[in-house]
Amino acid sequence: MDMTDESTLPIRMYRTMRLIRRFEEEVRRLVNANEIAGVAHEYIGQEAVAAGLCAALSGDDILTSTHRGHGHLLARGADVSAMMAELFGRSTGLNRGRGGSMHIADFSLGIYGANGIVAAGAPIAVGAAWARRQLYPDKNAVAVTFFGDGGINQGVLAEAMNMAAIWDLPVIFVCENNQYAVTARITEMSKVPIGQRASSFGMPVVTADGMDPGAVFDAASGVISSARRGEGPQFLECQTYRFVGHQTAEAALRLSYRTDEEIARMRERDPLVTWPARIREEGLMSGQQQDQIDADIELCLAHAIEYARQSPEPLAGSAFDYAYASSDFPGFPAAGWGGRP
Amino acid sequence: MTRMRYLEALRQGLHDEMERDDGVFVIGEDVRQGLRGVSRGLLEAFGPDRVIDSPISEAAFTGFATGAALAGMRPVVEFQVPSLMYIAFEQIVNQAQKFSLMTGGQVKVPVTYLFPGSGARRGLAGQHSDHPYSFLVHAGVKTVVPTTAEDAYGLIISAIRDNDPVALFSPAAVQAQRGEVGDDRAPVALGTARIHRRGEDITVVAVGHLVAEALRAAEDLDKEHISVEVFDPRSLLPFDRAALVASVMRTGRLLVCDDSYRTAGFGAEVAAFAADECFAALRAPVRRVSRADVPVPFSVLLEEQIVPSHQCIIEAVRDLVGAGGPSRD
Repeated sequence: MDMTDESTLPIRMYRTMRLIRRFEEEVRRLVNANEIAGVAHEYIGQEAVAAGLCAALSGDDILTSTHRGHGHLLARGADVSAMMAELFGRSTGLNRGRGGSMHIADFSLGIYGANGIVAAGAPIAVGAAWARRQLYPDKNAVAVTFFGDGGINQGVLAEAMNMAAIWDLPVIFVCENNQYAVTARITEMSKVPIGQRASSFGMPVVTADGMDPGAVFDAASGVISSARRGEGPQFLECQTYRFVGHQTAEAALRLSYRTDEEIARMRERDPLVTWPARIREEGLMSGQQQDQIDADIELCLAHAIEYARQSPEPLAGSAFDYAYASSDFPGFPAAGWGGRP
Repeated sequence: MTRMRYLEALRQGLHDEMERDDGVFVIGEDVRQGLRGVSRGLLEAFGPDRVIDSPISEAAFTGFATGAALAGMRPVVEFQVPSLMYIAFEQIVNQAQKFSLMTGGQVKVPVTYLFPGSGARRGLAGQHSDHPYSFLVHAGVKTVVPTTAEDAYGLIISAIRDNDPVALFSPAAVQAQRGEVGDDRAPVALGTARIHRRGEDITVVAVGHLVAEALRAAEDLDKEHISVEVFDPRSLLPFDRAALVASVMRTGRLLVCDDSYRTAGFGAEVAAFAADECFAALRAPVRRVSRADVPVPFSVLLEEQIVPSHQCIIEAVRDLVGAGGPSRD
């Protein structure tokens, strides 16, 4: 990658990856400590994808995320404390405690939400790309839709790719291929390579090393420029790996779908190790800079966790709030047992 | 007053909203040609950016509309056949409908889903004869079923202007009927019922084309000195609870006519609500006239055994009024 123009980019991407890694490690700890309820799907191992891709976006671009979405939000600059408060289910959270990990969103940053249903964000991104092109043609913005290798087998993704292709929409389909749909290996679940699906819709396909933020940035910059130039949708496969289970509790299940050796082998390519080593070696980041970034992130996370803990729960009487944009009708929506809570 | 067909009223309402608001556009299958009648002529009036033919991809075009709505537009999605909703169910009830709450009110999703040609149409058989509004009501989607041309006009306008997803079912059996549409072109508010006929002995709640069947039944029953009040919810969710309570409190009897599957259908909800709220006033059990719990067979003779008719309504009313004794001296 060309680092002459943007000398701070390698450091920014390191900072993003480090923030995601440490955020997710804290989330694991807090889920296991029952401070965070429900299910969290950590992004640990895949940080280079979010960091590289989001570094190539501009402010007017939008994205739809997945159930494994924390990394995308952090890389887009979402407020760390408001994210943590959301995971704690607090009223100060990004979604006021109504969304949690799987629906976390920040529309002020063009983040159309994590999504609990595999590939469901794809048609939403396509529609948003079309509408934004109609409404703000001068912005020349793109829409990114993230999904995993599991998402490639959802019909709605195929439909969405076709719609984006026939209407030449500026959509970047980003497949984060971490090789496993929960426990099922992609090579067992698709007869053809992932990119072949997209090319059959008439879309250019680019593959990037998803363990290398520089490679992801370069590939993403290319496909994003193509989409901005009006060349229609683009497909970017980032080959990556998750170092931990599909979700936090998987660690306790003792599953056998992949071996410890395989995980150890992939951990040798851990971008949190290889990237800082590389950019230090190339003189793009000093050890002191790295230490400072790491220390800043620890402070940021400590503050976020404390903020979340101290934040108020939503009011018990507010369970119906936001269910509808307009709900000014008697007895609507209905309570489960007479009256409203 | 202007006399027009129900389908023309729907089309006029859609046209008027597209004229009023640049953010309104139509997407669906064969909508440029106006195959189902609702969008006919709109391509010529508004151009291909606002009347969009989608590939046959119901789930994706429903999600597309959600994305466009989130980005600030006001999509109208036409389903060529109501049962195509099943393919898009996830995108309607799990995405569009939940976005407002899940995001803590960051966004609204002002989408209208149009389901023309709803219900059995003699010989369309198993997969094209459903009236699937109960599914959406159950999932919390605002749902309207206009029965007259005037309500078709007024409700499509309200559906489009509403800031939440709203489904509009247009029953096949009434689409060709003519009616008066007021020249003020007024919207009909969601959550407001219409009483088509006042009566003393029994309230008959009827949904969609069964309103016409209930009115026919009421005419016949009048000759037997049974006075039937015909109550059309128009808006199934939100439902005009106060109007129903007032009606049943007066008549003391309730029959609910709903051409969707009987078990856990919309009629069951109205019956349960009335049992809760009107128990003291009821002089007879609440009864339902509904579709049977089986798919519609192809044979027209068998179809008629499955879907309710005005004769079923007459028999049910006679039974109920007999059960409670005459209310009038």
